[in-house]
Amino acid sequence: MSASHATTTHLSPALMRALAIATVGLALLPLGAEDYTIDAVTRMMILALFAMSLDLLQGVTGLVSLGHAAYFGLAGYVLAFLTPESEAVSLWTSLPLAMLASAALALLVGALVVRTSGIYFIMSTMAFGQMVFYLFFDNKALGGSDGLFVNFRPQAGWFDLDNRLHFFYFTLVCLLLVYGFLRRLLHSPLGRALQGIRVNEHRMRAVGFNTYTHKLSAFTLSGALAGLAGYLWGAQTGFINPELMGFHWSAHLIMMVILGGMGNFAGAIIGAFAFEYTLHLFKDLPVIAGFDLGQHWQLVMGLFIVAVVVWLPQGLLGGLQRLMSRGDGQRGAPHA
Amino acid sequence: MTSRRQILKQTAAVVGTASTGLLLPEIVRAQSNKVRVGFMLPYTGTFAQLGIGIDNAFRMAIDEQGGKLGGREIEWFKLDDESNPAKGVENAQRLVQRDKIDILVGTVHSGVQMGIHKVVRNTNVINLIPNAGVHAATRALCAPNVFRTSFSNSQPTLALGKAMVARGHKKAVWITWNYAAGAEAFEGFKQSYEAAGGTIVKSLGLPFPQVEFQALLTEIAAIKPDAVACFFAGGGAAKFMRDYAAAGLKGKIALYGSGFLTEGVIEAAGPAAEGVISTLHYSDSLDTPRNKSFRLAYAKAFKMQPDVYTVQGYDAGLLMIAGANAVKGDLSNRKALYAAMQSAKIDSPRGAWTMSKSHNPIQDFYLREVVKGENKVIGVAAKALADPGTGCRMG
Amino acid sequence: MGLAEFLIQALNSFQYGLLLFMLAAGLTLIFGIMGVVNLAHGSFYMLGAYLAYGFTTLTDNLGMALVLGAGVGFAFGWLLERGLFRFFYTRDHLDQVLLTFGLIYLFEELRAIVWGNDVHGVPIPAWLKGSVPLTDTLSYPYYRLFVGAVCLALAVGLWALIHRTRLGMHIRAGAFNRTMAQALGIDIERLYAIVFAMGVALAAVAGMVAAPLSSVYPNMGGSVLIMCFVVVVIGGIGSIRGAFIAALLVGTVDTFGKVLLPQLASMLVYVLMALVLLWRPQGLFKN
Repeated sequence: MSASHATTTHLSPALMRALAIATVGLALLPLGAEDYTIDAVTRMMILALFAMSLDLLQGVTGLVSLGHAAYFGLAGYVLAFLTPESEAVSLWTSLPLAMLASAALALLVGALVVRTSGIYFIMSTMAFGQMVFYLFFDNKALGGSDGLFVNFRPQAGWFDLDNRLHFFYFTLVCLLLVYGFLRRLLHSPLGRALQGIRVNEHRMRAVGFNTYTHKLSAFTLSGALAGLAGYLWGAQTGFINPELMGFHWSAHLIMMVILGGMGNFAGAIIGAFAFEYTLHLFKDLPVIAGFDLGQHWQLVMGLFIVAVVVWLPQGLLGGLQRLMSRGDGQRGAPHA
Repeated sequence: MTSRRQILKQTAAVVGTASTGLLLPEIVRAQSNKVRVGFMLPYTGTFAQLGIGIDNAFRMAIDEQGGKLGGREIEWFKLDDESNPAKGVENAQRLVQRDKIDILVGTVHSGVQMGIHKVVRNTNVINLIPNAGVHAATRALCAPNVFRTSFSNSQPTLALGKAMVARGHKKAVWITWNYAAGAEAFEGFKQSYEAAGGTIVKSLGLPFPQVEFQALLTEIAAIKPDAVACFFAGGGAAKFMRDYAAAGLKGKIALYGSGFLTEGVIEAAGPAAEGVISTLHYSDSLDTPRNKSFRLAYAKAFKMQPDVYTVQGYDAGLLMIAGANAVKGDLSNRKALYAAMQSAKIDSPRGAWTMSKSHNPIQDFYLREVVKGENKVIGVAAKALADPGTGCRMG
Repeated sequence: MGLAEFLIQALNSFQYGLLLFMLAAGLTLIFGIMGVVNLAHGSFYMLGAYLAYGFTTLTDNLGMALVLGAGVGFAFGWLLERGLFRFFYTRDHLDQVLLTFGLIYLFEELRAIVWGNDVHGVPIPAWLKGSVPLTDTLSYPYYRLFVGAVCLALAVGLWALIHRTRLGMHIRAGAFNRTMAQALGIDIERLYAIVFAMGVALAAVAGMVAAPLSSVYPNMGGSVLIMCFVVVVIGGIGSIRGAFIAALLVGTVDTFGKVLLPQLASMLVYVLMALVLLWRPQGLFKN
């Protein structure tokens, strides 16, 4: 039996300070940056939200879902369906509806799959993810394989989502609120129960917990949060397609979460940012000695991922933590 | 040095590097007189061959005319779109917002094209579509700055129906993948075949991109139509022809297809491709001086054989040159630029063609038969065929 | 659907199922028996197909290509195991997922660099060309029957190896409890390397045998990968018999689904998997 994946639940004070500084940097970013950078970072924040939703399931509860993109994409589709041809829809009605739809789907699927465990759980989630994907891919009425446009960004009333800066800060606020909420959840009775389930489900059941409802709650909540991210993605890009519900999107998400370091949500954020950023970085690489690195970015990406998994078993966050604690003497050793 | 200071230094370094990284690239944004051309194409994955071919051919077209557009130097950009629709908008924005390109040449995959369309439609960027045949781009969602130099998904099959009936095949089964391109190809086939008096006995579809055809080939054999018409492309097309022949249907039930069935895959399909008839706006064996000199030049420059996708990329270059020359490089003169591009007559290796009002090629479609490993042109299936451009509110 | 057509579709189902089993066999070994999650399985399959293409252009003999390819696959698997995978047995499944995900990128790019991006064909050996007529319009190619036979032989051989030989016993012991098996004197290091290399070789051989049928093109491993995991999971991880039955089941659902329920055809296999897992959460045959 292989070891359970190392998670970093407690962050050293040094790391926490670093992250706080990074957050301030993030908040100040739009003041000096180009339009493109603001949009790109907004996108990374949306992916970070998406990653955190999976981390609740994967890092905290130990349930690896290969079909999580379904809840992301569904919310985007709801926004697309709710947005009329020639005007915007209200943020305050469409966002809750979208998240509700994702939560409902997650509840439905979760009720069925949460009974399985391990690799079987992974595959069951994948199966349902694929079913939802094909439902949208095959049906012209739902947009078909070419997808749908979201014709207008949602109307918010007292701020304007069409304004790049407003959208950035709205997303940032969502990110911080969700992060705060999830951290609170982590230390709440539910959160502790979920972590207990990850470590040893049998023991939790023996002690009297109804692990089924706990897992189902986590699954549904994760789905709802993924819906928030999907809604924002649809609002920002204005284009929803079935691939946003598909296997590859789900697989990429899992990679982001593992890459960043699981179990404490900051890792999920870092993983999302790092994955997106390195992808763009590698595609930008120059031609060296006649070899076009940018064109062969897959080679660099592959090596990068292999390197991270070999040398950083606790992901980027874990690595960062070790780096900080080394410069810090013995303070702030990670709690595995 | 206190540890606190160390930490602050470290984090500042991290944040600093990250933000300069994000503010990469270095590219000279200053007032340069260069035209910025960006390729958004698949350089990896299933369609890599197409993407690379289009890139090569576009550049060749420009080089042949002096390497400049309307007298101005060119700055090239390129981005691998991985044929991933989920990243369509993001990738297009990278070229448009970050690299500030003037002209976007892209792309191959229709799903990704929708993403590009979302970005360019309400901007000033000129989008030349070198392949993606999605109807909406030159129909309901047409735009003055979007020009297609390839085809619309129903054009090849619009040319197919009449030819099939003329050859005596009045009862056909249609088969393709269940996705937008397959459905749009069917639209063209249904229209032309039924108009010519043919009957579509059954329309079969299999999930995209599955290539297990046996079950449906068995069904075709049971139905016993005069002919089979289909739309497949790439590896799947090669397999379909092989499976068709292996199932003994070849020779008994005539096989027709939208030309992509036999593009770039004849070698892979082997003898199974012999005798397959298709319609397309190009053929490698087109016996015209223009095509011959193009093929020679391309093979010499890139050590590869060109195909329909290459020609489409090449023509995108020719179109842009026509436009840029007409305005003497002043791309901000949109009225004149678009007028020039709309009225351009492209001297293409496929034969001369012109732009329709919705910015899709009006072109001849050749009837081709695979003979001795080559798509031999046996006739013209349709002359000056245009896409209806339904729903386009331009012109 | 008449009786004749039904029977032929049943034959199609059976043959597709056998093909799926062959494709999944390597994964059954590495994932089912060794417990290593290997997302790069599709890449090994693709490697086999390209090797078939490469070797047949040189030697024009598929049989020779098969032998060479199996050798190359085995060697490649051995090196991969010794150089990389053996550090991951004690690590979590998720680390293996991430590792093999990275490898997919690597292999895909290496393939592009070595063989380019064109679509290629592999010719069917002359002695297997031709078909046996089933109806007045439909024939069944000898090569497909041959592939079916190869798959059956493979299934039997693999099962016999795992359940009836000493090596198989050691493999099962090692998979069950690595340290205990080592304590009992089994050279676990070598054993794992052998099994892993066999798994890679099997995937490559599957790619080679299927190449004349499927053609050779970029990304061909992608869809195969998902199907293989579906087959292994429905069958129950660790059970060769399970993978065999599951493959036949998937083949049947897919074949008849395309004909009878074309609107839902894409989803049917996943619905099947979901149903099986809801009924038997550990697959059809628990190990």
